[in-house]
Amino acid sequence: MLLEVKDLHAGIDGKEILKGLNLHVQKGEVHAIMGPNGSGKSTLSKVLAGHPSYEVMSGEVIYEGKDLLEMEPDERARDGVFMAFQYPVEVPGVSNSQFLRLAYNEKMKHTGGEELDPLEFNDYLKEKAKIVEMDPQFFKRSVNEGFSGGEKKRNEILQMAVLEPKLAILDETDSGLDIDALRIVAEGVNKLRSADNAIILVTHYQRLLNYIQPDFVHVLANGKIVKEGGKELALELEEKGYDWVKGAAV
Amino acid sequence: MTSATMETLFGQCFRDSIVSETDAMVKALREEAFSYYAATGFPTVRDEDWKYTNVAEIAKGEWPCTQMRTSLPDDDPRPRVMLENFRFGRNGFTALNLAFADISVVVIPRETSVAEPIELDLSAAEGEMASPHVIVIAEAGSKATIVETYRSGGRGLMNSAVQIVVEENANLTHYRVQRDAADAYNYGVTEVTVGPAARYDLTSVNLGGAISRHDIDAKLIAEGGEIWVDGLYMLSGSQHHDTHSSIDHTVPNCNSHQTYKGVLNDSSRGVFNGKVFVRENASGTDAQQQNKNLLLSNDARVDTKPQLEIFNDDVKCSHGATVGQLEDEELFYLLTRGLPETLARNLLTYGFAEEIINKIEIESIKSELDSMVLNRLGTEI
Repeated sequence: MLLEVKDLHAGIDGKEILKGLNLHVQKGEVHAIMGPNGSGKSTLSKVLAGHPSYEVMSGEVIYEGKDLLEMEPDERARDGVFMAFQYPVEVPGVSNSQFLRLAYNEKMKHTGGEELDPLEFNDYLKEKAKIVEMDPQFFKRSVNEGFSGGEKKRNEILQMAVLEPKLAILDETDSGLDIDALRIVAEGVNKLRSADNAIILVTHYQRLLNYIQPDFVHVLANGKIVKEGGKELALELEEKGYDWVKGAAV
Repeated sequence: MTSATMETLFGQCFRDSIVSETDAMVKALREEAFSYYAATGFPTVRDEDWKYTNVAEIAKGEWPCTQMRTSLPDDDPRPRVMLENFRFGRNGFTALNLAFADISVVVIPRETSVAEPIELDLSAAEGEMASPHVIVIAEAGSKATIVETYRSGGRGLMNSAVQIVVEENANLTHYRVQRDAADAYNYGVTEVTVGPAARYDLTSVNLGGAISRHDIDAKLIAEGGEIWVDGLYMLSGSQHHDTHSSIDHTVPNCNSHQTYKGVLNDSSRGVFNGKVFVRENASGTDAQQQNKNLLLSNDARVDTKPQLEIFNDDVKCSHGATVGQLEDEELFYLLTRGLPETLARNLLTYGFAEEIINKIEIESIKSELDSMVLNRLGTEI
């Protein structure tokens, strides 16, 4: 088991948002977490990534046999957990390539891989950038600064490509994307999908799932998973709306 | 030593040196400036303009003066006029500068684009006072870059003045890098006059010195002029830096941009005082000013005062100042990419400083400053 979330209760500012969430993720799987606004989707992403503002009241998260909740956000990242942000943060004055190389080398230090110097890394990055059709012009620019919404999301997927996580959580990666950007981002994710990693897609809408076919769909309402099924569940949801599952329990 | 005996030391030095000044006009100016200094002495914290910068330890020091030097061209009256108009009465430092000035002139000929940067390497020897006074005339249609570097190796007193005129359609880029030793003292004034459709772009980087202050006095005197006055002060230990700037829009349709950033660690102290004047007839002015400070320690402190004085309604102006710590969301973002917290903090701080350093288009200077910033942060990237 790559990730096991057991009866997770968590929230922010003393307010419980996740109220007993269970989730099992194996390598090679793509899970979609769907739900209306306020259902706790973002809280789940933030808790898995280790955001300091969120607190876990009870429950367990086991990642590769380790207690994920005991790990600092950066340790989780070096150990293969990645979250693509809904609102990627701008980091003025730091170039994309500097930033990515540092992150890559930190991971290599941790996993015993080979660190790359700027020239070597640039070649590596060029290859990876093809996955999201990103122009190398973006390497020199400050991280996300002045990027359009679509460029920021592509940049998130580029980071995923560079860091090759074992578990990638894509938090509302489809929000704010036009149809072309959505296609590029989704195709990027599909290229990165493999038998060695798992992806959790957190999304409000079904449309992303037209491009990235999930193995499992979980519907979140009121801090709990209220319905689970295969990819056809997403279509059913799209048709019937979230009111259909609200109040229901698995 | 009291300031009275100090005057005597400078006075002795001045009387010994002034006899060899053969240029009558300059001699008169020097005498006038020295009398001003003798009457007022160094500024004190009782002067409103020096409220936050205490130079008592400079005033107490014994500073043997260096030789006066005057090299003004015979066939060009402009440098003399500029020298006569130098506001030596700004404070005791400026008066001392003119009294003991080592005067030199740089002329960038009209319609000439100078590819190689013009370098001014200035430093004060250990225990001595240096008083360079540089006059720069960027003639009409010229284009050049000036690199003014301060690199005093020990506890010397640098007291400099740079007067600049940017004539019609000229474009002058000015990098001013102060990287004195941590126990040096540095005062400098930059006076700039920007002519019709001319452009002046200053990037001032302040890293060194125990006590340093830079006064900038920029005037837009003809339509279409453009000024950039940007800077960084990055301080640690007990360093003190003060930037006072004045940008004066005296005519319509000019613009000015100012971004100053401060990174303060340990018990260092920064002062930013930026005035922008928009005079009565300066309609169509576009003036932006901001000062952002990052405090890396609880003991660091900054006093910032951006000031806009507008006497015309048809203008676009903005100003602001911030003092704060690193943004939590930025830090979290970097952590989620696997950067250890110390590295993440250093990288964000570096990025904050880089916004100014990235303006420098000479790769060798930029990369040297990059390393100095990283070194200051104790990190490598």
